[in-house]
Amino acid sequence: MAAFRSTERYVASRDLEVAVNAAIALQRPLLVKGEPGTGKTVLAHEVARALGLPLIEWHIKSTTRAQHGLYEYDAVARLRDGQLGDPRVHDIANYIVRGKLWEAFESPVPVVVLIDEIDKADIEFPNDLLLELDRMQFHVYETRQTVVAKHRPVVIITSNNEKELPDAFLRRCFFHYIRFPDRETMERIVEAHYPGLRKDLVREALDVFFRIREVPGLRKKPATSELLDWLKLLMVEDLPPEALRAKEGKLIIPPLYGALLKNEQDVHLFERLAFLSRRAGA
Amino acid sequence: MFATFILALRQAGLPVSLTEYLTLLGAMKARVAAYDLDDFYYLSRAALVKDERHLDRFDRIFGEVFRGLERPPGAPEGEIPEEWLRLVAEKVLTPEEMARIEALGGFEALMETLRRRLAEQKGRHQGGSKWIGTGGTSPFGAYGYNPEGVRIGQDGSRHRRAVKVWDRREFRDLDDDVEIGTRNMKIALRRLRRFAREGAATELDMPGTIRSTAHNAGTLDLRLVPERRNAVKVLLLLDIGGSMDDHVRISSELFSAARSEFKHLVHFYFHNCPYERLWRSNRRRRDETVPTAEVLRTYGPDYKLVLVGDASMSPYEITQVGGSVEHWNEEPGRAWLERLTGHFRRSAWLNPVPQDFWGHTPSIGMVGEIMEGRMFPLTLRGLDDMARELVR
Repeated sequence: MAAFRSTERYVASRDLEVAVNAAIALQRPLLVKGEPGTGKTVLAHEVARALGLPLIEWHIKSTTRAQHGLYEYDAVARLRDGQLGDPRVHDIANYIVRGKLWEAFESPVPVVVLIDEIDKADIEFPNDLLLELDRMQFHVYETRQTVVAKHRPVVIITSNNEKELPDAFLRRCFFHYIRFPDRETMERIVEAHYPGLRKDLVREALDVFFRIREVPGLRKKPATSELLDWLKLLMVEDLPPEALRAKEGKLIIPPLYGALLKNEQDVHLFERLAFLSRRAGA
Repeated sequence: MFATFILALRQAGLPVSLTEYLTLLGAMKARVAAYDLDDFYYLSRAALVKDERHLDRFDRIFGEVFRGLERPPGAPEGEIPEEWLRLVAEKVLTPEEMARIEALGGFEALMETLRRRLAEQKGRHQGGSKWIGTGGTSPFGAYGYNPEGVRIGQDGSRHRRAVKVWDRREFRDLDDDVEIGTRNMKIALRRLRRFAREGAATELDMPGTIRSTAHNAGTLDLRLVPERRNAVKVLLLLDIGGSMDDHVRISSELFSAARSEFKHLVHFYFHNCPYERLWRSNRRRRDETVPTAEVLRTYGPDYKLVLVGDASMSPYEITQVGGSVEHWNEEPGRAWLERLTGHFRRSAWLNPVPQDFWGHTPSIGMVGEIMEGRMFPLTLRGLDDMARELVR
């Protein structure tokens, strides 16, 4: 199978490339953590693109159970059909609804499976998937059949750290923590998303962006996805780079700051700091 | 092949097992990282570390094992407080100044002096040329310059070139419980949740429906149950004012995390130690107080009592009648604390003062004793331990 590399659309650091390639080579799941907005979910899309494989996404919610990924037995539908005298009712297989993992296991070509935000689910969720992810097979109790993966899929799991994951589960995964990109990497990321953007605008915008990230006490620091949104807005509004320029390390309230600061406490805090900084300079 | 490395990691407290070791060997065999030390570092990190809090420790061990760089013998045990080393006012020296600094002597002498100064010094220090701190020219500390210096807890090596990746220690912030925010607190508090079905029946009860339908010989009989809700009840008593001013931010974060996490949350304030009166709102604490006895009557023993305070006060405030700094108290603070912990089945004290400093304040020990050891630092791990204690 081909190896994963940075693409022109997705800038991956060398350590991320190694982690992804190790997971592919040993056919183990890769667990990805990191600040929100650093491209955890996008990674799965890019890996699928780079390997030229279809991607199956399984988004986890607080109510999701491991069983949902395998299959569900729709008892209520069968009960209803039984009441109406539908002949379908005699075959239980008609009421087995396939889940995302079954889909991935049955696929005639290898696939990439994204299990997104695994920490959203119940604390027992990862434990319930141990065997399935290890052996890539499971048993359907109702029809007494065993589903075995035709090709072991590349599994990418993301987590936002809302829950600790069990040790037994972690032991089976490769792990990568996406660090917040430094300025240089950030410039490459911006270039990858908006090629040919004016250099001076990018420079001023990154100045403002990194200065905001340094403001102490922000509840939610803006991340890559916020920066990209903001740049897009700046481009749409066609603002000159001078509008972003601050005098001698002073804080200014950047135009369209709503894209960067996402809650009102942060906006208040920032306005107060900007005011103090202006007054100190006057 | 890398058995020493694995053992060193285990010794440093990283949960590395045989499975991870074999995985690493497997990946080496599959040539994921061939003939490149950096790649090997990335690969072993992905295979062996499963929690970003361990990354910094991993980097350190990796550096030690693969460069033959050992921890200097006789280096002081334990960490220098982070606070000392924070990059506050970094002093940039001119080459002339650097040249003027002369070496102190051999390595042994250096370590000996460091040990002595560590013992002497009791506060944060910055600049200057003798004490351990930041931005100075003393041989000990960070962000300074002395040709024979010992670097302690510095983020990046400033006067050295060609630093290896693992030596940059970029994951330092993630180690242990330095950073704590409302979101993390909520997660820790979530452990306290107790689910119970109460109120109106709104959810379809599948097993119940199937059972009663079967019972009715196949005629559909829908059963409903109430939704599962968090039924834990928490009584929060917060110390306010005085020495707590240093901890306002973290206390308010705890308060907002708790308020959104528990439906049954009652809070009161006290000053230093709870006495016969508590209050609800700090603005009106002079005229709107609630007798503590009434609080005990109103909230049943099933409430979980959480006291938040630095417990730093005069010991008289705990032991003596009339010892309170604010008013004449008929009964000592100890009596009220014991009454509170006696009434509520589960109680704990959260202390924002770092645990290492608890020994310096006698009253912290006394309160801890009254709480029968259920005093926890206000860190993520402390919250976690507290939650475990409260649900036991």
